[in-house]
Amino acid sequence: MSGSNPYGSAPTHHMLSVLVQNRPGVLARVASLFARRGYNIFSLAVAPTEQAEYSRITIVVDVESSPLEQIVKQLFKLIDVVRISELDPRKSVERELMVATIKASATERGEIVELVNIFEGRILSVGADAVTVSLDGSPEKLDDFTELLRQYGITESQRTGRVALPKLDTTTKVTKALNTQGKAN
Amino acid sequence: MTSKQTKAGKLGEKITGAEALIRGLEMENVDVMFGLPGGCILPAYDPLLKSSIRHILVRHEQGAGHMAEGYAHVTGRPGVAMVTSGPAATNMVTPLCDAFMDSIPMVAITGQVSTSAIGTDAFQECDTVGITRSITKHNELVMSAEDLPMAIRQAFHIATTGRPGPVLIDVPKDVLQNTMSWNWPTDDEVADSLPGYKPNTKGHTRMIKEAAQLILRSERPVLYVGGGVLKARAADALRALAELTQIPVVTTLMARGAFPDDHPLCLGMPGMHGTATAVTAMQKSDLLIALGARFDDRVTGKVNGFAPDAKIIHVDIDPAEQGKVRKPDVPIVGDCRLVIEEMVKAIQELLQGGTSQADLNPWRSRVSGWQEQFPLMYEQSEPGGPLKPQYCLEKLRDAAPDGTILVSGVGQHQMWSSQYWRFNEPYTWVNSGGLGTMGFSVPAAIGAKVGRPDKTVWAIDGDGCFQMTAQELVTASIEKIPVKIGILNNSYLGMVRQWQEMFYDERYSEVYLSQDTPNYVKWAEAMGCVGIRVDDPSEVEAAIDKANSINDRPVVVDFRVDAREIVYPMIAPGTSNDAIMLPPSQNARKEFLK
Repeated sequence: MSGSNPYGSAPTHHMLSVLVQNRPGVLARVASLFARRGYNIFSLAVAPTEQAEYSRITIVVDVESSPLEQIVKQLFKLIDVVRISELDPRKSVERELMVATIKASATERGEIVELVNIFEGRILSVGADAVTVSLDGSPEKLDDFTELLRQYGITESQRTGRVALPKLDTTTKVTKALNTQGKAN
Repeated sequence: MTSKQTKAGKLGEKITGAEALIRGLEMENVDVMFGLPGGCILPAYDPLLKSSIRHILVRHEQGAGHMAEGYAHVTGRPGVAMVTSGPAATNMVTPLCDAFMDSIPMVAITGQVSTSAIGTDAFQECDTVGITRSITKHNELVMSAEDLPMAIRQAFHIATTGRPGPVLIDVPKDVLQNTMSWNWPTDDEVADSLPGYKPNTKGHTRMIKEAAQLILRSERPVLYVGGGVLKARAADALRALAELTQIPVVTTLMARGAFPDDHPLCLGMPGMHGTATAVTAMQKSDLLIALGARFDDRVTGKVNGFAPDAKIIHVDIDPAEQGKVRKPDVPIVGDCRLVIEEMVKAIQELLQGGTSQADLNPWRSRVSGWQEQFPLMYEQSEPGGPLKPQYCLEKLRDAAPDGTILVSGVGQHQMWSSQYWRFNEPYTWVNSGGLGTMGFSVPAAIGAKVGRPDKTVWAIDGDGCFQMTAQELVTASIEKIPVKIGILNNSYLGMVRQWQEMFYDERYSEVYLSQDTPNYVKWAEAMGCVGIRVDDPSEVEAAIDKANSINDRPVVVDFRVDAREIVYPMIAPGTSNDAIMLPPSQNARKEFLK
């Protein structure tokens, strides 16, 4: 997880939505597969789905090192992995959440609040010389917000990694976008 | 298999987790298991006393794992090993990884500390599922006795279907001790419990047709046969395909025996120590029909120099093998037997429909020219000279009863075994291909003999390998498993010595073992085996005859062979297969391989 633009969407980044059985160790299986085969995870978000027996893992992979096809096939071999779909950023809705603590003297506070308002973020906590803010939105919006906050000094920040679902379409059913061809191994 | 009254059991009957475990294994038709008890697995050993399952008590857990592998190799049925937690589980790591690399169906059961103690660094606790995650097809820590039957059913299902492999079940001690109500999931329930596991066995019809057309058009085709053909029980189908099309066949180290070595279309083994003909035929080919093969680096040599003019048809049940190393022109995901059978039908239909096959005669005559010019060969020793390892193998081969199973360790002796034996039946060759596990052969031979007691089982081992797992001969003696071990003893780690000779300017570093220690005859006798020492070529046949005549105990033959012998041909690591190194006496005509 390095590079000049730590949060940006590089052309080598691909987003995988991985539906897994919600069982102990499943995240470790996915993570150790990436480590073992030398694939790079750029960001990762995982939580149960609307059905308690499944979780969805949204992985942004950096595929400079190896072709995406091989990553997907190897992931498919994990018994707990039920479905994998690659989400095309143009055909999906993405969201990410960040919280950040910004240095803010009493004189700067107003500027920061204004910036947060413009971006439709929230102030979570105010201290004598800092504020903690949150913002959710597209990863690009979070990138822009981060850039603008940088001049005040970011003490700490945390992003969730992106979560995404396919964009709704008036002609195709949503389930179709999630279907991949028959799993085999 | 004896059917037992306890086998099916009564649904809802209250039994312990340990009883459920053993009953589950019986339900899966396990007739034999290899293992060694200890603290956490203790409860499971009690119901074993009244079980129909034969338990073979090993001397080291690694032995149990390799025995299970040897059993699976020759029977096609999953090998089962059961050991305790901690160090026993870590001793199982090597066999699990070996089985994973070579796609051997195997179920390993490990004890674990009680659920309340997990994570506390308790005595003999280790993170077994964590440690074995990347070397098993699947693994599972079972946290409740109620879950054991499903875990067992899933394990056997996963181990034996799709691309076979090892599955590990980790069972905490209290899960074995707790009472549960007996249940045995149906096939449907097992399938429903694994929504992410649906192996695709039937190949894509259009792809198979495309492959058939490509095969008939090809002028220089080669059937590149890998271990998947054996896993799919596809030897007959392969033979039908080869004979219908008259396409020459190479069998990889994992596929020896999948196609008879004495068949006129057989070119032997490809790869780093393959025959010059097999290697060159692939290099010059215009079509490789890869069947259950994975383009291993020991076969391809330098990948971008491998079979540069060949189109690729790749049949494999594991989609991840398609395009992993070499992009196929026609990928077919499916079971080798089903796909080959469909391929034969598709070719027959095309031929009946008037499509004709390209003339293979020029190709066949080129190939047979290479076969004549570049046979496997070694320099016979002068009278009074040292014993040659290849000579021992030839004599062993010639004296072996039909259908003898050959097992090997890893190194020079393994390559010579594959080269000089004649494998004419499937499932008569057992070795550690992918992982290259020294010490594999003694326990694997024991497992093979347990699986096929009707067959003669010879293990060919190196002296380095033998010293790693020889203690299992005690198991063989006590359990009356009469395997035969031939040590090609050159007092060296021979293959490493060969690399140091060839690539490190004869600077031999830490490869010399010892001329006289151990005394293998005494060691064999101490373990309850017959020990025979052979120093001179003139003694070879008598020693082999004696070994073949002993069937009430294991035999160890210590062949004292020439340490200077090199495995030829050889392709140096990282070089192209075109740069094959021939035996010195064939170098003069190397141009003929162009």
